[in-house]
Amino acid sequence: MPNRSFFWFFFPAGLAMILFIGLPIISTGIQSFYAQHDQILIEVKKCDPFGCKTSVVVDQEATSKLKEEKPLGKFNGFGTYIDRNHLASDQVSEFWNESKSVGEFIGKVGNLPFYKALVFTLTYCVIVTPCVLLLGFIIALSLNAISRKIRGPLIFGTILPMIVTPLVGSLVLFWMIDAEGIIGANLQILMNDPYLSVKSSKSLTWITIIIYGVWHHSPFAFVVFYAALQTVPQEPLEASIIDGASRFQRVKHIVLPHIYPVVTFVALISLMDNFRVFEPIIGFSAEGSAQSLSWLIYDNLVNEEVILFGSAAATSIMTIIGISIILTPVLLRTWKEFRTNR
Amino acid sequence: MDFGLDKKSNSLKTFNTIFIFVWLLLACFPFIWTFWGSFKVRADFFSRADWWYAITAFNTFIETGARFTKEAYSGAWFEGEFWKASRNTVIVTISVVSISLFLGTLGAYALSRSTKNYAFWILIIALIFRAMPHITLVSGYLFPFFQLQIWGILPTTIVVLVAINQPFTLWLLYSFFKTVPKELDESALIDGCSYFQAFRHIIMPVMWPGVITAGLFSLMLAYNDFTVTALLLNQENHTMVPKIQSYLGTNQHEGNLMWAVSAVVSATAPLFLLVMFFQRQVISGLTAGAIKG
Repeated sequence: MPNRSFFWFFFPAGLAMILFIGLPIISTGIQSFYAQHDQILIEVKKCDPFGCKTSVVVDQEATSKLKEEKPLGKFNGFGTYIDRNHLASDQVSEFWNESKSVGEFIGKVGNLPFYKALVFTLTYCVIVTPCVLLLGFIIALSLNAISRKIRGPLIFGTILPMIVTPLVGSLVLFWMIDAEGIIGANLQILMNDPYLSVKSSKSLTWITIIIYGVWHHSPFAFVVFYAALQTVPQEPLEASIIDGASRFQRVKHIVLPHIYPVVTFVALISLMDNFRVFEPIIGFSAEGSAQSLSWLIYDNLVNEEVILFGSAAATSIMTIIGISIILTPVLLRTWKEFRTNR
Repeated sequence: MDFGLDKKSNSLKTFNTIFIFVWLLLACFPFIWTFWGSFKVRADFFSRADWWYAITAFNTFIETGARFTKEAYSGAWFEGEFWKASRNTVIVTISVVSISLFLGTLGAYALSRSTKNYAFWILIIALIFRAMPHITLVSGYLFPFFQLQIWGILPTTIVVLVAINQPFTLWLLYSFFKTVPKELDESALIDGCSYFQAFRHIIMPVMWPGVITAGLFSLMLAYNDFTVTALLLNQENHTMVPKIQSYLGTNQHEGNLMWAVSAVVSATAPLFLLVMFFQRQVISGLTAGAIKG
């Protein structure tokens, strides 16, 4: 296709992407270097019959005027990145000097908001992704052995958790595991502890969100693996049966190598999806014990007093850096493929 | 062909059936349970005394005189103005799907027919854009949108959702157009058609299977979106998903939690019906990128 026609065909889609994905990323980058204005304080002298007092009050007029003139806030450089709510460089070095053991140091650092969120996000990714792959693969294998006639409805039932939005999915589960819900109440009876509540314990909350993640993402892995299983060649399988290979050996030596490229694809996609986990935290009302990077951004943006644009932007940029690290292998693979296809 | 199983092995077959059954129970029961519970009063579905009340409808019977009640639905839809939210969702979804398919088909067709290097780089950039968490983009939107005073209204959200959706639509339709033989439109070009005419008369009649799949995914994205709609729309213009969240925030009110339950059911039902009818397309879309790559 000549460049000219290409341009006109692609122009609308390209413009939309540049304006609403490209520019916002740049805008986030700029915002991350600014912080809210400090309030302008003035000294007011107040005199009454008993004498004069000076007190410091906020100059509302000047503050709002400054906000109007420079809505972006004051330039802060990398200040936001290293403050207590983000990388907290001062606190970290202080902890390093104070702490007697590495364990103590890690414990202290893990209580800083950004690191806390990072630890949760990474834990979630590292546990959920392999579980999703494994469960999805087992479901695909086992559904593949069921009679073809009833597979349609079974597949429909299997993909339900995936098609609802995470907020709704987590709410539906939350209402069941709530102390007043069916699973929560039965757990109390089972554990013989009338005060048992998933909400109140940090580790139970983490486990719940992780189980939710596996429940929500496994259908995607299942669908892709199931489709890949349909393309496995028959001859080697038949040959291996004649040679006396066991079921496990067949799966390991013939099926798995065949669908291996698909496995890496699913792994990377779900790793990327898991990295942005945040809706389940709202659905499970788990803000107290589990925070993710995306949740930190959301929290800054819905702040009631003043929206913390700078703080949200700094976290966003660091999240984008994290995503890029995960994305690199995908890009390298696509590039290699493109090279070989030419 | 059975990969893991022989026809003879009965014990394994039974085990397999049980496993599938358990998984389906895990996958579907929460929805069935919520659907069932949405016709009860709060004291039954969230029972402090005994969870069995949710099944026997003990309090529902006392409060309303029947085993099932539509109270939660009428509360949410009228008092809670869920009708407004669902109207907004319909507007947003239809606009997003039509606009993003229009942009996406043109763009993806061009990408699939171009042999230049830049087409590849555009696809790579689209891949990077697709990986961006939506919340990071929203943190970029809010400030400029406040300044331009276009925050809170539906058109802004529609355009944003279209843009966010573009990378995925482009990739999906790109891999679809790659399967449409080049000779088809090349012969039209030789006969003197312009590229646009070739697209209009040759490609458009054969592109519908791919477009339906891409449309379904745009629809699910627009319909299910929480991040963008919750932060870019004001209270008045909220779509269904942020509306559900707003019912949760006001827990003091007795009825509100049940509003959320009935709203969840109302929002999920159309989606399930849709997927039931278009299951084949949904699955082909999910696997499009994977099998070839």
